[in-house]
Amino acid sequence: MFFTKLRHTRPIGISMISLLFATAVYAQEEPALPAGLSSSPPQEEQPALPSGFETTPFSSEAAGAETESKKAWMDITGFWEVRSGYRLQNDKYEKDASIGETRLQLEMEKIWKDFTFRATTDLYYDWLDWNHSVDLERGEGFLDLREASVAFSPTDFVDLKLGRQILTWGTGDLIFINDLFPKDWQSFFIGRDTEYLKAPSDAIKASFFTDLANVDVVYTPRFDSDRFITGDRVSYWNGRRTAGADAIVRTDKQDDWFGDDEWALRISKNVGGYELAAYGYLGYWKSPGGFNTSTSKYTFPKLNVYGASARGQVGKGIGNVEMGYYDSRDDKSGDEPYVDNSQMRYLIGYEQDLPEIAPDFTVGLQYYVEQTLNYSDYRRALPAGNKAVDQYRHLLTFRITKLYWNQNLTCSLFTYFSPSDKDVYMRPNINYKVNDNLAMEVGANVFWGDYPHTFFGQFEDNTNIYTAIRYSF
Amino acid sequence: MTKRISLTILMWLLSLGNYTTADSAIANAADVNVPKAKILSVDEIVNKTNHVAYYQGFDGRSNVKMTITDSQGRQRIRELTILRWDSPDPNRPKKEQRKDSDFCGEQKIYAFFNRPADVYKTVFMVWKHLDKDDDRWMYLPALDLVKRISATDKRTSFVGTHFFYEDVSGRNINDDVHELVKTTKDYYVLKNTPKDPKLVEFAYFEMWIHRESFIVVKTDYYDNQNKKYRSYEALEMKRIQGYPTVTKAKMTDLRTNGNTIAEYSNIKYDIGIPNSIFTERYLRKPARRYLK
Repeated sequence: MFFTKLRHTRPIGISMISLLFATAVYAQEEPALPAGLSSSPPQEEQPALPSGFETTPFSSEAAGAETESKKAWMDITGFWEVRSGYRLQNDKYEKDASIGETRLQLEMEKIWKDFTFRATTDLYYDWLDWNHSVDLERGEGFLDLREASVAFSPTDFVDLKLGRQILTWGTGDLIFINDLFPKDWQSFFIGRDTEYLKAPSDAIKASFFTDLANVDVVYTPRFDSDRFITGDRVSYWNGRRTAGADAIVRTDKQDDWFGDDEWALRISKNVGGYELAAYGYLGYWKSPGGFNTSTSKYTFPKLNVYGASARGQVGKGIGNVEMGYYDSRDDKSGDEPYVDNSQMRYLIGYEQDLPEIAPDFTVGLQYYVEQTLNYSDYRRALPAGNKAVDQYRHLLTFRITKLYWNQNLTCSLFTYFSPSDKDVYMRPNINYKVNDNLAMEVGANVFWGDYPHTFFGQFEDNTNIYTAIRYSF
Repeated sequence: MTKRISLTILMWLLSLGNYTTADSAIANAADVNVPKAKILSVDEIVNKTNHVAYYQGFDGRSNVKMTITDSQGRQRIRELTILRWDSPDPNRPKKEQRKDSDFCGEQKIYAFFNRPADVYKTVFMVWKHLDKDDDRWMYLPALDLVKRISATDKRTSFVGTHFFYEDVSGRNINDDVHELVKTTKDYYVLKNTPKDPKLVEFAYFEMWIHRESFIVVKTDYYDNQNKKYRSYEALEMKRIQGYPTVTKAKMTDLRTNGNTIAEYSNIKYDIGIPNSIFTERYLRKPARRYLK
């Protein structure tokens, strides 16, 4: 044996070297045990007591207590931003500047017993607006109260939320059929953050959660209309010509508490990841849907809406369908010339991320149809000189989103395109998060159309570009 | 003097001899005592590791602080609270179902964002499935919008960190072929090769699994050129309610030199979070009772 060993000195030497080398590599590769894990030699495998752990199980809980003690009496968050934008062309009826404002949003939350009180106030100064008196209903002046609510659960299966609040439901992406909560189209078109598309409701929301289905009821004791286009900031088609600040839309809005109220209902159920819902609404056209010839004011005729939606995983993406019957109560037969006709609205959509093409890349596609009912009666009753809407308004939307630089740079483009109206509305946006607090944004609202009276075409002269800087805290 | 030294040497030699004897005796005893079942199959190692990483207790909660550092040293912070619910083992009797078991079924995850300020109160919810794509939702509080999110891209950054969605919620163990490369004193070293390489960016990944606790201490991802480009390390571990738990971990992108450190605190297991928390109701109304 000794002899054999001697004879193999060289190979052994080599294998010793390679072994040493391997050990060195091995030692480099094998991770050192992290804090809390210790090496467990075989003899220590026997005891039942936890071995291999140096720290006590309670040390992490102490760290948690520390975070809790830091909690303030009231939770205040928010942001401060400056936003400025210009029209890219001359608009006969509007200023060149489309937006110019600085805004401080404070969101305050206080939990007291089982109640959650919340207030979100936007203090802002708009250097384009000559009117600085506060109108909480329209969000004008220097104060826009976005939320002032109290929420609680009287029983296990009921949630109540009372007061001013932002409400959203439905499945569309920037298309709304059964969501008849107020929208702020002016904010949307002039380049405010998308969150301002939703205007607040003064309402009571009651939600009931049962095994059979969930039911949400929203009661708005006094009609909350959209913050619609008035001509004040955005020029529009007034039925006969393009108009703007020279012809501000005057409305006759019903405003009796509990008399001119709205009811919105949703019954929903999640069946294995597929969200099904049925909706009902009793109220009024949210943007002017009528005209009073004797007062020359626009009106908000009665409207009921009944609809349904479904959303869930389809193939590799998310699919959604939604429809709604708009029952124009003041124009049952469709021959009332100054009240909008009843409609059917249909939507089908699909969204998917495409890792095959690029990471953090998502595309969405929607197809929407608005069908005017009793169309021949509508055409017959249409006042001479007024442009008629098509019986079917077809609308496609495309959304492309791509994130760069560890998701700190977001580039997105949302496009509405109507082949029937021959008009387009594009919303490109680039948002860069400089750090956890500071964000910068550039975007545009591009309107284009063959005709001056179509839904998006009428806004052609409002095409604008904007930039913003926001500090969140 | 010489005598004394030689005595010392003798004693030392003796003790050494004793030590050797004792050591080998214990080693022998251990060999004898280790039942055959202790030698685990690869599948058993994979299952145990998966269980320790994602399924301990029948539910759990944790605060997570993620510090993202880019190649230039700039830092960003993400702070969130995560709640987890495991579907009970259908083969167990009802009484036993709310106890920890080896069962690794479907899960529900609820993540509430505290920081940065612009995503405060945003909630991200996942229903994790084993046989189909996960269902994902996002709640955006400013719009009161419950958004459905497409979930095909699992190997994309989780909220801008160097962790992927799949690192946070767990990669399906059936998506890879597992191979035990070696067993060291402390580790099982597993090589995992994807069954469908087109779906992932790695050629294979190697896991160093702590033999006693089944905690993954290190994972290295290799590309087609056999080059390591991404690395996970567990930096700190604690035993919480008896469960071995990683409380600090780091993911490094070796190509860009950026990394994210995740720190877990306020960890609790077996709380009794109801299944109903993982619904639209608690997206709109934060599940405060379990977030505290």
